[in-house]
Amino acid sequence: MSMLDNMRETMRRDQVWNFLQPPSVAVNVDKQILLYIENLSVSFDGFKAISDLNLYINDGELRCLIGANGAGKTTLMDIVTGKTTPDTGSVFFGQNINLLGKTEAEIANLGIGRKFQKPTVFEAQTVYANLELALAYNKSILPTLIASLNGEQRDRIDEVLNIIGLREQRAMIAGALSHGQKQWLEIGMLLIADPRLLLVDEPVAGMTAQETERTAELLTSLAGDHTVVVVEHDMEFVRSIARTVTVLHQGSVLAEGSMQDVQNNPDVIEVYLGESH
Amino acid sequence: MTGNSSLATKQHTLAQHTLTQQLSPLHQLREKAPMFIAVLFGVTIYASICNQFVPQDSIFYVSTYSITLLGKYLCFALLALAVDIVWGYCGILSLGHGAFFALGGYAMGMYLMRQIGDRGVYGHPELPDFMVFLNWQELPWYWQGFDQFWFAMLMVALIPGLLAFVFGFLAFRSRVAGVYLSIMTQALTYALMLAFFRNEMGFGGNNGLTDFKDILGFDLQQDQTRIALFITTAIILAIAYCASVMIMGSKLGRVIIAIRDAEDRSRFLGYKTEIYKVWLFVFSAVIAAIAGALYVPQVGIINPGEFSPLNSIEIVVWVAVGGRGTLYGAVIGALLVNYAKTRFTAIMPEAWLFALGALFVSVTVFLPQGIAGVLKENNWLRRLTQRTAQPAGGQA
Ligand SMILES: Nc1ncnc2c1ncn2[C@@H]1O[C@H](COP(=O)(O)OP(=O)(O)OP(=O)(O)O)[C@@H](O)[C@H]1O
Ligand SMILES: [Mg+2]
Repeated sequence: MSMLDNMRETMRRDQVWNFLQPPSVAVNVDKQILLYIENLSVSFDGFKAISDLNLYINDGELRCLIGANGAGKTTLMDIVTGKTTPDTGSVFFGQNINLLGKTEAEIANLGIGRKFQKPTVFEAQTVYANLELALAYNKSILPTLIASLNGEQRDRIDEVLNIIGLREQRAMIAGALSHGQKQWLEIGMLLIADPRLLLVDEPVAGMTAQETERTAELLTSLAGDHTVVVVEHDMEFVRSIARTVTVLHQGSVLAEGSMQDVQNNPDVIEVYLGESH
Repeated sequence: MTGNSSLATKQHTLAQHTLTQQLSPLHQLREKAPMFIAVLFGVTIYASICNQFVPQDSIFYVSTYSITLLGKYLCFALLALAVDIVWGYCGILSLGHGAFFALGGYAMGMYLMRQIGDRGVYGHPELPDFMVFLNWQELPWYWQGFDQFWFAMLMVALIPGLLAFVFGFLAFRSRVAGVYLSIMTQALTYALMLAFFRNEMGFGGNNGLTDFKDILGFDLQQDQTRIALFITTAIILAIAYCASVMIMGSKLGRVIIAIRDAEDRSRFLGYKTEIYKVWLFVFSAVIAAIAGALYVPQVGIINPGEFSPLNSIEIVVWVAVGGRGTLYGAVIGALLVNYAKTRFTAIMPEAWLFALGALFVSVTVFLPQGIAGVLKENNWLRRLTQRTAQPAGGQA
């Protein structure tokens, strides 16, 4: 049955010219909360990577997630983006959209973008083509086959190229970029689709001090229209952008609040900040 | 200074133009097809004319045997193209494409069998000889309709396409990839081989289908028919090549390469990669099947040996030698390796497999990009020398 559905989905004529449509499912954020994560647990071969985690992300906020290596930050993103299925718990996008059971592609098309911890771009293709691939449009097969860039999309790519500072490199093969440039390109691929929620895993690893600063500016400027969740180990960076910080420890939330509160929290000092300072 | 900067902006807009142009499938076609088509039809027409109009004792004469051989090579080239589409562009290493080739061949073979009519050894008006021999009383249901050319051609594409769809759907849905997928494709072709060996299947058992008489009313032994088949094969190869260039040059092609290089990334961008892979697999299988259908009337036989797992592995070697991920590379690889095979097996037939193995290993070690890689590199070198020969441009 789903075979037939897929075919129908692919063949739908009314979707063919539907380029550049922002994700159309209306997310219900009446309660000002965009992401609800409740009682979440997942274990790998008996090891509890996430245990009974509760987390609410407000609409339009910039949230920093910190925690020691192996605290479960990346795993949490894997669950929200559909890569990993949790054992128990629920994940809702707004009040109305249950993310569990949806595939990665479906979740992405709802307007949830993700940057990987290890920069992942399409190395064999040009910077320009990488951005083209990341544009928001109807991503089923037939529209993709006949897709060609319209003026609006070209302007959008140029705009993003300027933001990420890769204008000169746009004809370059992405595999030839430096580590930091790949980070920027991946951020650009995230930006270009204009997602509602951005999950950004360690964006400044491998960046110079100036680049880090620019990333901080960029992420801060995105908040408001977009909701941004940033995972980062660089405490300087976190301090420069953080409004609310959530500390994860052994798969659950240890503390939450402003950077000040969190830094003064005795539990946090004991398990995390205390060690690294 | 002003002159320099206006030059820079001009260069800039020019670069912008070529950059977006490169993303257009028509542009890709204009870049890649003319040379290919010129060489392909140059050789095809030259060989055909030399066969028909040059006296047999001339050194320019091309024998009908050679024409058939060339036609066979072109079928293999088409088959290599099919494998390159999935392997070179999407990283799906299929070691079972021989199965789609053979199924297409069997569908054509069934049509050719029905064309024999009552001219068989037993002279039965409807049943092929092997069925009479097995004491079968009537034609099995799945042989119905194959006396119609259009129906047989439909089945050439439909049956392998359907098999590829079901196989691909199950495999890609459960995210089977890499070596496991390759093993599954080997198992598929092996299972089909065992099935087709059985007499009860109704496909002629280990003898397969043979002793064909004519196609669309034309005698298969005639030179003209052979030439027509050869030219048809060339035309279909050209069409498949152009279609593939356009698909791979479209955004769809870029998504497919993206899936090859970072499937997870593509998923998180919103592409349903499984569905892309299934349809690419089907497209590739149908091309392989058409190659099989063109092959059978030219060689005059189809038997279960075509399903042999080894055959499918050979195709992968052709593509590796030619250079995967470049469509013309696959074609060159198929032609060269098969020419070498013809030459080699004439001298030492037992040693061919060793030679093939050695070829594969040395190509993997010394020419990871295959012959196409060498061609590309030279091209690149030439462009580089051209650029350094030019006076250094004023960069502000
Ligand atoms: N697919 C998996 N299979 C087995 N164990 C896993 C898997 N994914 C994560 N883990 C384990 O779960 C724990 C949490 O990993 P996770 O990657 O979420 O940590 P993290 O907070 O992102 O750490 P880091 O700061 O080092 O990136 C780790 O101990 C890791 O080994
Ligand atoms: Mg991590």
